[in-house]
Order: sequence, then structure tokens, then C-alpha cells
Amino acid sequence: MSERTKAEVTLAVNGRSYRVRVEPRRTLADTLRDDCGLTGTHLGCEHGVCGACTILADGQPVRSCLMFAVQCEGMDLRTVEDLADGDRLHPIQEAFWENHGLQCGFCTPGFLMLAAGYLEQNPDPDDDELRAVLSSNLCRCTGYQNILKSVRQAAEVMRG
Amino acid sequence: MIPWIGQPLPRFEDPPLLTGEGRFVADLTRGASFLRFVRSPVAHGRIVAIEAPEQVTAFTAKDLRDVRPIRPLLHRPDFHPIEQPVLASGKVRFVGEPVAVVVAGSPEEAEDAAEQVFVDIEPEDRVISAPEAIRRGAPAVHDHLEGNVVVDARFETERVDEVFSGAAVVVDFDLRNRRQNALPLEARGSIAAYDPRSGRTTLTASVQSPHVVRTVLADLLGMPESDLRVVVPDVGGAFGQKFCLAPEDVVTAWVARRLRTTVSWVEDRRENLISSFHSRDHHYRVRGAFDADARLLAVDADLLCNIGAYSCYPVTCGVEPLMALAEFPGPYDFRTYRVRSRGVTTNTCPMAPYRGVSRPVITLAMERLMDLAAVRFDIEPAEIRRRNLISEFPYASATGLVYDEGSYVESLDRAVEAIGLEDFRDCQAAARSEGRYLGIGFSVFSERTGYGTSAFAARSMDVTPGYETVDLAMDPSGNVEARLGASPHGQGLETTLAQLIGDRLGVEPARVRIVHGDTDRTPYGWGTFASRSLVIAGGAARLASDRLAAKLAAIASAELEAAPEDIVIRAGRATVAGTDAGIEVADLARLAYHSSHRLAAGMDPGLTVTASYDPAGTFSNACHVATVEVDPETGGVRVDRFVVVEDAGRLINPMIVDGQLHGGVTQGIAGALYEEIRYDGEGNILTTSLMDFLPPTLAEVPTIEVHHLETISDATITGAKGLGEGGTIGAPAAIINAVSDALRPLGVEVAEVPATPSRLRRLVSESERIPA
Amino acid sequence: MAAGYYTPALMKPAPFDYHQARSVAEAVAHLGEYGYEAKILAGGQSLVPAMNFRLARPAVLVDINPLDELDYLEEDGDTLRIGAMVRHVTFERPVTEGPTGRILTMAAQHVGHLPIRIRGTFGGSLAHADPAAEWCVIALLLDAELSTRSPSGSRDIPVAGFFQTVFTTALEPDELLVEARLPKLSPRTRIGFQQFSRRAGDFALTMAAVALESDDGRVGNARIALGGVSDRPLRASEAEQALEGQPATGESFRAAAEVAAREIDAIGDIHGSADYRRDLVRALTRRALEQATAA
Repeated sequence: MSERTKAEVTLAVNGRSYRVRVEPRRTLADTLRDDCGLTGTHLGCEHGVCGACTILADGQPVRSCLMFAVQCEGMDLRTVEDLADGDRLHPIQEAFWENHGLQCGFCTPGFLMLAAGYLEQNPDPDDDELRAVLSSNLCRCTGYQNILKSVRQAAEVMRG
Repeated sequence: MIPWIGQPLPRFEDPPLLTGEGRFVADLTRGASFLRFVRSPVAHGRIVAIEAPEQVTAFTAKDLRDVRPIRPLLHRPDFHPIEQPVLASGKVRFVGEPVAVVVAGSPEEAEDAAEQVFVDIEPEDRVISAPEAIRRGAPAVHDHLEGNVVVDARFETERVDEVFSGAAVVVDFDLRNRRQNALPLEARGSIAAYDPRSGRTTLTASVQSPHVVRTVLADLLGMPESDLRVVVPDVGGAFGQKFCLAPEDVVTAWVARRLRTTVSWVEDRRENLISSFHSRDHHYRVRGAFDADARLLAVDADLLCNIGAYSCYPVTCGVEPLMALAEFPGPYDFRTYRVRSRGVTTNTCPMAPYRGVSRPVITLAMERLMDLAAVRFDIEPAEIRRRNLISEFPYASATGLVYDEGSYVESLDRAVEAIGLEDFRDCQAAARSEGRYLGIGFSVFSERTGYGTSAFAARSMDVTPGYETVDLAMDPSGNVEARLGASPHGQGLETTLAQLIGDRLGVEPARVRIVHGDTDRTPYGWGTFASRSLVIAGGAARLASDRLAAKLAAIASAELEAAPEDIVIRAGRATVAGTDAGIEVADLARLAYHSSHRLAAGMDPGLTVTASYDPAGTFSNACHVATVEVDPETGGVRVDRFVVVEDAGRLINPMIVDGQLHGGVTQGIAGALYEEIRYDGEGNILTTSLMDFLPPTLAEVPTIEVHHLETISDATITGAKGLGEGGTIGAPAAIINAVSDALRPLGVEVAEVPATPSRLRRLVSESERIPA
Repeated sequence: MAAGYYTPALMKPAPFDYHQARSVAEAVAHLGEYGYEAKILAGGQSLVPAMNFRLARPAVLVDINPLDELDYLEEDGDTLRIGAMVRHVTFERPVTEGPTGRILTMAAQHVGHLPIRIRGTFGGSLAHADPAAEWCVIALLLDAELSTRSPSGSRDIPVAGFFQTVFTTALEPDELLVEARLPKLSPRTRIGFQQFSRRAGDFALTMAAVALESDDGRVGNARIALGGVSDRPLRASEAEQALEGQPATGESFRAAAEVAAREIDAIGDIHGSADYRRDLVRALTRRALEQATAA
């Protein structure tokens, strides 16, 4: 593929500006991982079902495998790398750690970002709402039990 | 927090995984070229031509002619070896089989290149299902193997026919468990880097067994094993799918050596569904003979396992049929047993062990037998189990397996109490009067874990896994490093082993570093599979810790002028029992390295020990009970409650234990109701996305209630038993029994798994008692 | 012979040229220029998976996400006007009073999962024409009218003729769907929405949406729309007729559901045969009718 067919794109990720040259067909997920070096966003299916690639775009959880980088100029993108405040884990990360909300950790970034995006707009969800939202992503290890428990606890902590 | 054993310690593994600093294979491809496999569109056929345009870097079997085929072996007369070339050579035998590989600068370009490879295959007759493959005159998947039976094992005690003819009740049924994919959320993948300076090749791969991969790569590529290093970074789940050798990993290593560069293969989900190892796909015919008191007298079983197109290395395709044969009796006491268990090759994706291996299906079979018999005797499912469960230990089964102490009846009783059986029956009756169908299902099972070499040797395996070795060192600063051949990938072994070792050496677990997943850094071992790691690597860690503790005690005894047996090591200090006299463990460590002249004569300097452990094995046990509601109009099933009463001996970290059970049960629910790999009659795979192959989401999984019993047997030195597979082994039977219990008023018994809505709806429609 | 350029597993899109439209006119101009070669990228929640699989290989992608002019909801008398770029998530809460807003909300809860609803669009769903898509069924139920723009002008298409077969609509290759107009249901209309899917968020194996007007316990105007059962969403017109004038009772509903199950041309797939889908139509139609009249 010749350079000519690549587009220059500036992405705002985690408050930083990334200038990348990508083919239009490069998905946002691949761009974050391979061009921005932010490999915390994972690819589990690349067809929008598993949610491992969930990030926040303008504060909303989206599947980054179903967007192209060329679409995302001007968006405020946030990935798992930006969730902690320096060495201080985000309450959702803390809750996952404390409640064994992860095993292999592959789906974890997607669940964290899904929960972060959701709780920021819905700070006080009931269990049915949480179950509905968390059913957006797939986990193969935990049977979801401790993910639900973790997010429930994080919501409490975040409400203060 | 002393002792550390038994504490729900948050895992040391977690912080990087929570912050995006995990490193999985696909995160490490920077600087590598990308491979893409061109795969067969045909289930069975002769390769006429494979051509690539000049600008495409492509390799086929012709280029790899010096690479030996994969040839998994059992040394038994009822086994017929079959070979697998790492790229199809001459013939293709399943849709998705790799026929060529291309190399490009990006994943997208690798796919562009793969599309330009022209493949011409002359199709031949194919066989897709196992019953079809053993039919007389069926096409042979491998030319030398008429009849397609790769392993044909039999076992028979005396008087089988006599017992059946004298039985009060004979229960007879067929069972079909369809095909699944283990579906780790991270698919497979590897990066091979050739280092021209040293001539060594490093394979960074998402696998469960790095040393085994190193050995077989060396064997197949014809190179010294010392020129290979296998590194396992973070692994995004495996569940068995990454235990057996991926032919693609061999090709990746070969291309790196050929091109003297670094190349990567990152399997995508579609590839994973099509051509990564599948599992299950068993057909059973089962008969059980009972006396008038509902006591099981004998079982006669014909077990057919579809093993796919090739046999898996190292365990071979014998693993499913042979485990099914040996462990079919499960937790029930009967002495008369006849079984024929066959592994049959077909033109489908090869199979490999998946969490539970045969046991989810054999447990389903035994538990269906119990429920069907309970119906005939008109007694509660719990009661018939109570009458038949083993209760005296050690117990030797009809096939000669020795069960260590367990709590089979107790687990059932606890489960009955936890679920509230009597109340449930009341609710069920009330619901039925309103036209709603509730059901309850039990599953009691044994889980053989910690298979040592003796267990595997019983199968006559050419490669006989089983032991595990731990190299343990305390450095001069008093920190501990344990290096192991086990290769955890999500199980939390870094934490549990640190708890075990920490207790023994009197150091905080945080000061115990566990090193795994690097053949340059760890002793030869077998990896992580078969619910073995805590038992076997844990046992080796315990033995090594004992040795290291003994040396520390010996040094301390000299320093403190006390007998070694009076030294107590605890909380970072070695003290003389009953006195205040003591010395910091860290000071002992410093002394062992820097003042070794003070050590007793004959004592080596430093603090490094090695220990291996090779147990005979141990049996965990559990009872699962599920309640469901079935909608007979749609065939939909909702799982309302799921209770697990688990006995895995001593719990090192109960939080991790519960996590294993939650995940295992969920995979069992998946197998019972949702997940199925489907082929059409031509051998085309129809389930190539997660919209067709359906792992459950949180919405499909109920709250899983876990209760523990802790029977400490002397079968393992830590008192711990394995439990990684138990959830998956027991759950399908509980669910399927519950669904059958719900639909029994409509004359329905489930005999095909997964019990999908359309299957259940068909059973209801076909039943004579269609609801108005 | 099975000869060809074939790999059964691909997971990255084929190359394409990308155009970001700054206006409807510009988007339409691109469509005029590239015709069949071009695809509109709206929410992308169905198109991009198909592109990742290389099942869809547009040479040109025209991105209409920047078009705020298509992101509107307006009440125009008895009509709800929905701009093509309104995202699914918008309908999670009622966008208009009465049964129209309620049935949109009931349907929205079944559209994929939250991240899908955040990106996916109402117009994109109609133009994609998945026979199991909620918005296609709702549009059919409500007798929507669709507006398009093309280089040669604009056109209004009644929804009844819009869905042709799987993923195929009456849209010409140079036409952009810009608006759906939903005639609002009268405030007294009773509604029901039922669907059955394998997992939460999956496309339904079958869904039934109903809108009933009834007077004195008798059914007046009845509408029944079905999704996921055939190559396109359907109205069960025979069942609707069978129901009109009948008492609003379980018996009538059962009979109408039976008519619906018989009249449709059901299709089978790996999740269920045509017969199974007819069974689902029978059950879900009856339940939707009961749901409509229960409250």
C-alpha cells in the first residue's frame, strides 16, 4: 500500500494529541493499538460483539473496532490507560481488584471503560440496569459474578 | 494475615491488567511482519495447485518439505496414529486447514495478499459426523485408515449381560453432545524472532505449555532445542485450546528462520471459530441396570467421540475416548461395567481437550441416567443419588481408579438444603397449575485432578506429562523467587503460590516473585491444564519451600545455638521455640551468601533449592443444582438459581476458588444451552461469528451461589485438590436435568445438547401432550 | 473443482476511499459520482462488521456522521419527523407523548447493547434493512414515510414498498435516506411489543409489534408487524383483518396469532427452522396483543 493512500489524522486520546498516518480502512482500535501504542484496548472479535475494544468517545462507551480512525478527528477519546490518576487507581479499577473482577484480564479494559462511561452518566443504577448494561460485553473467565459485584461497589464509592 | 493460606488475598497479577499494561501477544508485534494463513474452503480434497503472484511472499507445504509432520502417539494396539502436516500437503481434510501462508507489512496488507493466492482443490467425498464416519464404505479421511477409527478402546467386567437380564429396571437412552469452541477471549497467536547473532529463535506465544512447545518445535523443525526459547506473555484465557500444538506456531517459527527476521501471527475470532481446536461432539448410547431398590448394578455404554481431521499433540485424540472410558462411572458405586469408546476422524476441525475434557459429557450421561431411573422408580432425583453415591474411602472404581476421601453424599445434602427442595416442589406445582414450567436438576460428580505421570501413563502416552518442578531461591536481600514450568493464564497462581511459599518461609507473599512462561528462566515442566497447577506446581512449591525452610532453620540453629527442630520460622523471623531468641530471615539470607564461611561444614552457600512433585492424583467432588423456567411456546430457558457445593480440599485463596467456579459454571451453562459449532453436510462451518456461536452474556447467567466443604485427604501434600474444571463439568447436567424436569409433564426428555430453543420447541411439538 | 482466490477467514476491511460529507448535498454528490461503488457510513454498527469480514467491500465510503442537519426529532402536527442520524440511544426515553413514544422506547431497549445504541442510527437501520431490525418493524407498524435525496432531487417512499429483501431496499444507489416520518398513533391506541432472541441484545429470532384501536371491547383498526421471520419485515395483514371487529379477548388474539403464523412466508437459519419461526410468530403475536390490552 503506497503512502499516497494514507490519510493524516490527528486524534485526541487521553488528553494528548496523536498525529498518525493511516489508511482509511484502519479501524480506530487498530490505530490506538498499533499507531498510538495504546495496547490496553483489546480486540476480541472485531465485529462488535465482545466489547473488549470498548473505549469512551466524547464520554460515551463505543466499540472502537466499529469505527475508523479517519472518522475520529475532533473526538475526545479515552482509553483504559487514562483511567487511573497517576498511581491512584480509579474506583472501578480498585473495585475490580478487590472483588476479583478479572481473571485473565483480556476483557477487563472493555468492561472498565463500559462501566466508567455508564456510571458517569448514571451514577445510581439498580441491579437490573447494571445487568443490562454489563451484558454488552463478553467475559470468558469470571461468569460475570464479580464484575457485577465490582461495578456495584464502584458505583457506591463514586457516589461518595 | 498469618497464615496466608486461606486468605482471600487480592491478586498480584491484577494491577497491570487493570491499567492497560498487560502484555498479550498482539501487543508485542511492533517491528514484526504479519502472517496470514490461506485456508482450505473445501472439507476434503486433493490439492491441484496453489499459486501466488510474484509480489506476494507466500509459502506452501512444498517450501516446508523439511518440516516433519505432527505425529501424536499412544503406544497401544487399539490406537492408529495419523499425521498432520503443518501446512496441508497433497490433501486438505477440513474447511479452514492452512494451505499456505503469506507475509506482509501490516495485518490489512497480509489479508490483501492472502486474497491473491489462487487455490485449486479437487473435492473428494467427505464425512462430517462420527456415526457417518464409521459406516461401512465411508470415505477415509486418512488414506491408510479405513473405517476412520483412530482409537477403539474396550473395557468389560464379568457378568455384564447376566446382571442386565436379572435387573429390576433397565434404563436405556441416547445422548448427543454437540460441538463447542473453548473460546478464550484472546484468540491464539505467536511472534517468532530470529536472532542472527546467536542463531536462536524466540517464539512468544499464547500457549499453556511453553516447554512442550519448545520440544515439539525442535523435533519438527529439526533443530537443537537449545536454539529455541519459548516465552508466554499474558494469556487471555485458554481453557485447553492453547494446550495442544498449533500448527500455525510451527509455521511462524519456520518463516522467521527462513526470512531471518521477526514475524507474527495473530489469530482473529473468525479464524479461531473456524480452525482453532474444537471440542465435545460426542454420541453416546447408555444402558443402566438397577435393582428393585433403585441401586445401580451395571452400566453398558457405547461412546463415540468425533476427533476431527487430525490428532492433537501431545495428548493425542485418545484423550477424550480414554478419559470417558476410565471415568464414566463418576461418583457412583457399581461394579459391573462394559464400555466401548471410540475416537473417530472426520473432515472437521481437529479437537483438543477443553475445560472438563470428556467429563461434562460423561457426567451429563450418568446424571441423566440417574434422573431417568428416578422417574421410573418415582422417587426424588436426590434420593436415587443418595442410594448410589460412594461413601467409603478410599474407593476403587470398576475401572480401577482409586478415589481419595470426598464428601459426595454431604455435598448433595447441603445442596438440597441450600436450594430448598421441598419449597421448590411446592412452587413448581403451583406454577404448573398456571401453565408455567419450572424444573430442578441435580448433578453430583467427581473431578479427577492433579493427574501425575502414573495417571497419564495408564493411557500409554508417548509423551507422558505429570510432574512439575519448582526452582526456589531466596536472594541475599531475603526476597524469594520461584521458577516453575506451570504456565498460568488467569488462574491467579502467582498469588496462591506466593501464599503457600510465604507461609512456609515466613515472608510476606508480596516478597515472593513467581516466574513462569519463559523456557530460558524456568525448569522443564508441563504447563497449566487439567486442574493441575495448584496441586502439582503447588506441591512442588511446598516441597521446595520445606527444603529451603530446613536450610534456613539449619543456619539459624547454628547462629542461635539451638536444635534445628526447635527453630520456628514465622513472620520474617527464625526464633527458638519458647524463647525470645531469634534472627531475621533476611539476615539469614544475607549470611548464606555473604558469610558462607559461617555455614556448617558441607553446607552449600546460597539459598537455592529444587523440588519436583508427581502425585497419583486426587478427586474433588461437588454437587450442582439448578432451577429453571422453560417457555414451552418459544423453547426459551431461563436459569433462575444455580447452587454449587464444592469440595476441593484445602482452599488456599477462597476468592480465587470462587472465581474459578463462577467461570466454570458459566461455561457449563453455555455448553448446555447456547454454544454450538455447526457444519453443513458439505463440511462448511456455519458458525463463524459471535452472532452465530453464542457465548452467554451476564443477562443469561444467574447469580451463582457457592458453598464449600473442605475434606482434607492425604492424596496431596498441600491438602488442596484441583477445581479449575469442576464448574464446567457439573453445570450442563444440572441444567439439562432441570429443563427435562420442567418439561416432563409434556412428555419431553432432553437428549441433545445444547438444548436450544428450537430443539426444545420441536420436542414439545412432537410430544403427544402439546399444550392447548 | 473448487478453484479460486479464497480464504474463509478475513477480519480487516478491504481498501476504500473515504469522503467525509459536510452537507447532505455533498454526500449526495458523492453517491452520484460513485453509485454502486459507494456506501454511506452512518453509525456503522452493521456496515463495519460486514466490512471487517470483507463481506461488504465498498470502494468508497461516504461518512455522514458530521451531518448535524440530519440529527433532529421534530413533531409536526400528527407526525414525528426523525432525522436519519438520530442515534438509537435517543429513543431509550420517550421522544414524544403517548403510544408512539412508548413503543419506540419498548423497541429501543432491544436494539443491540448500549455501545451499539450510542453509535447506531435510526436511518442507518432502515437503509440497512435487516429483517430483524427493530426500527424496520416499527416503521412498518406505524406506516412511516421515508424521504430521500439524490443528485436529481428528493423523493418520498411509503414504507410499505421500501423493504425488498434481506439488506435490500427501494433506495437507488445515488439516494440518501434523510428522514423518516412516523404518523403518530392516536392517544388511545394500545400497543404491544414482544421479541425472542437467543441472548440479550441479539437480533431477534422473531418479533411482533402491535397497535390496536378498540372501542367497547371490540377491536377497531389493528396493526401487526413482524420481524426476523422472513427476508424482510412484514405486516400480518390477514391477521389484522381477522382481528378487526372481533371482541378484544384472548380467544380472538389466539385466532389472529394463528392466522399470522400461517400467512407468513417464514425462513429458517441455524437458530431455527421456518416452522420454529411460525411457532414464535404464533406465541409472540398473541402475547403482544395480550400485552396491548392488559394495561
